[in-house]
Amino acid sequence: MMRTSPANAARDTHAPTGHGAQATLAALRAFVRKELRHLLRDRQTLGILLLLPVAQLLLFGFAVRTDIREVRVAVVVPGPDAAVAALESRLAHSGRFSIVPGVRDERALEQRFARGGVDVGILLPARPADRLGSGLPLEVQVVTDASDPNTGTTMQNYALAALRDWQASLGVRPGVAPIALRTRLQYNPTLESVNLFVPGLIALILTLVTALMTAISLSREKERGTFEVLLVSPLHPWQIIVGKVLPYLGLAFANVVTVLLVAWGVFGVPFAGSLVLLLAASTLFSLVSLALGVLIAAVTSSQLAAMLAALGGTMLPSTMLSGLIFPIASLPAPLQVVSHIVPARWFIEIVRGVMLKGVGLGVLWPQHLVLVAMLVALLAIAIRKTNVRLG
Amino acid sequence: MRRALTALLRKEFLQIRRDPVILRMLLVMPMIQLIVLANAATFEVKQSRLWVVDQDRSSVSHGLVERFTATGRFVVSGHSVVTPPAQAAMDDGTTDAILVIPRDFARDLSTGGAAGGATVQLILNAENGSQAGVTQGYGAEIIARYADELAQARLASAGGARPVRGRAVVEARGRGWFNPSLDYRHFMVPGVLVQLVVLVGTLMTALNIVREKEAGTLDSLNVTPLRPAVFIAAKLIPLWLIGLFEFAMGLVIATQLFGVPFEGSLALLMGAAGVFLIGALGIGLWISTVSETQQQAVFVTFSLLMVYILMSGLFTPVRGMPEWVRAVAQLNPMMHFIALVRAVMLRGAGVAEVARQLLALTALGASILALAVSRYRKRAA
Repeated sequence: MMRTSPANAARDTHAPTGHGAQATLAALRAFVRKELRHLLRDRQTLGILLLLPVAQLLLFGFAVRTDIREVRVAVVVPGPDAAVAALESRLAHSGRFSIVPGVRDERALEQRFARGGVDVGILLPARPADRLGSGLPLEVQVVTDASDPNTGTTMQNYALAALRDWQASLGVRPGVAPIALRTRLQYNPTLESVNLFVPGLIALILTLVTALMTAISLSREKERGTFEVLLVSPLHPWQIIVGKVLPYLGLAFANVVTVLLVAWGVFGVPFAGSLVLLLAASTLFSLVSLALGVLIAAVTSSQLAAMLAALGGTMLPSTMLSGLIFPIASLPAPLQVVSHIVPARWFIEIVRGVMLKGVGLGVLWPQHLVLVAMLVALLAIAIRKTNVRLG
Repeated sequence: MRRALTALLRKEFLQIRRDPVILRMLLVMPMIQLIVLANAATFEVKQSRLWVVDQDRSSVSHGLVERFTATGRFVVSGHSVVTPPAQAAMDDGTTDAILVIPRDFARDLSTGGAAGGATVQLILNAENGSQAGVTQGYGAEIIARYADELAQARLASAGGARPVRGRAVVEARGRGWFNPSLDYRHFMVPGVLVQLVVLVGTLMTALNIVREKEAGTLDSLNVTPLRPAVFIAAKLIPLWLIGLFEFAMGLVIATQLFGVPFEGSLALLMGAAGVFLIGALGIGLWISTVSETQQQAVFVTFSLLMVYILMSGLFTPVRGMPEWVRAVAQLNPMMHFIALVRAVMLRGAGVAEVARQLLALTALGASILALAVSRYRKRAA
């Protein structure tokens, strides 16, 4: 296992090549080769790292839906009549609702709700047809299970729209709806959730592969004491970091390409903008995450601590405060402020802009600028922290 | 054998208590996460930015825009007479929706127009589909109400010479049960809490054992007369207790800090949590048998938990998923537990209402643990 100990590998190549820039380069190349071998030898981790993104994407694409397909509705009315039958058949034929029969009163509805058997209850007074015929207003209550507020609101809107149609069909209030609404859903006309998630998923995978992996791999060397050996070798600290980082950068790039291929080939995710820009931005973002990983390893002392810091410092914010799943506009104000220092937030804006909107650097330059600034700042801090360890 | 177990248990507790990193990971981090995540995990659409392209510029079109802003759901982000500036605003993300009122809007309204009415267009940024759906619903509601208002005004000015039947109204009012204030956090906090307990329980179990493997102390333990069952029990019992404690602490935060209602029975909830944790720790044990290093354990845990969480109904309703995914999700203890926690806390469900989830949790927990233990035995032997 320890045959190719890092220090030996570095020193062996260093000795015969002499001094100067060439020697530095040769040492670096040897070191990168050693790191690559480390990565390739651990088949299990490598397999997971290559397959995980594809598995996640398939899961996101097939399993995660934010749209609501079938709403179970119960029409609760003491004395059903022709008007109620018309409403029920209208609901059933809209393709959005399925009727739950046999709910007679509000008590029964409450019980159904508690068991989760009904989503929407429409409560009508007795004999609605007669009431409408005699010109009396008909009070209808639409009750939704709002324990999930968004779903609840959406279902309520569906039900209200169906009631409006029903009202129009009954001939009450002639000339209702003189304003027709045409809606256009831009950038994602079919409302596919996968179109929203693919950009975020790329960010998540890149963070996982770069920040978390680098942090753990570096701190592992520290834990075992091999990092000290590396530091006393003729390699410069920056060479050690570059050598550590390069293989993961390659892996990250491979991941981006696979995810894009699956997204495009399996799910037909639209690709409106420039591929070159997207790949360049991915590389930039990977570098930022790598710098973050190096920094985390520099300030922690064990694998466990590094992992914790990487989780809390990169994975969580990248998932929760980046707009990946939850829109940034919905965050409370303090968290919106915090989201500005999350690199994934800027990267996701770039990827969505390029893939879905088809815009280029002309629009997205501020996001790129922020990422470059973050990279410079993180690198400066990371290298300094690693230097301090040397002394 | 009992003495060996007590001795080992004491050692485990000592180890946990002495390690500040582990303590922090077990107690402080999950609570901070709960507080942050509960605030962050919301799909709620509070306000949408609306760009108005008013080509009509009549009192009727002004009225429509006014109705939009009066609800507080929309705030006007810009005005223009042509569409290109609006389109540019949507491209660079400074507006969420565009309302296009065509030039003959007011005229079409009074004369009936070519298609028997006037038309407006609402263009939505649908990158986030569910968000766009909600915004569309609000928009449609506002426009329909405005149309009603105009129709009524016209009826009144026509002198009420219409038939009586025409004035009958269907008055629909919406009401949300179980969460009348529509607070998203009431829905998310229970789910996030479950997720954190699983993450900590599974990851800690896996890491705790793999760490001994990496350090070589597991081999030392294996050559002692200690039986694998005792070893496993000593590893799992402390984490099981910590998991329960964490869950209870999370419940306190949920109810006291976030005001999540607690309608059901605490005993039922804690009992279910105990059963559920057995499964979560069992998975951690299984992971420890397939990983050689902590790095591997972390990645296996993450890949598994990712599948778990996505298929649990935590963020997206399970009901929206395709048939086959729903069938597979039945094997996910987290799905059953999240459904149970929400039902007990928000809807006040009792044992009878959640019997199905309880059964599933028990069956899954027992089989996962049995599988993991038998695999561990084979490895240790």
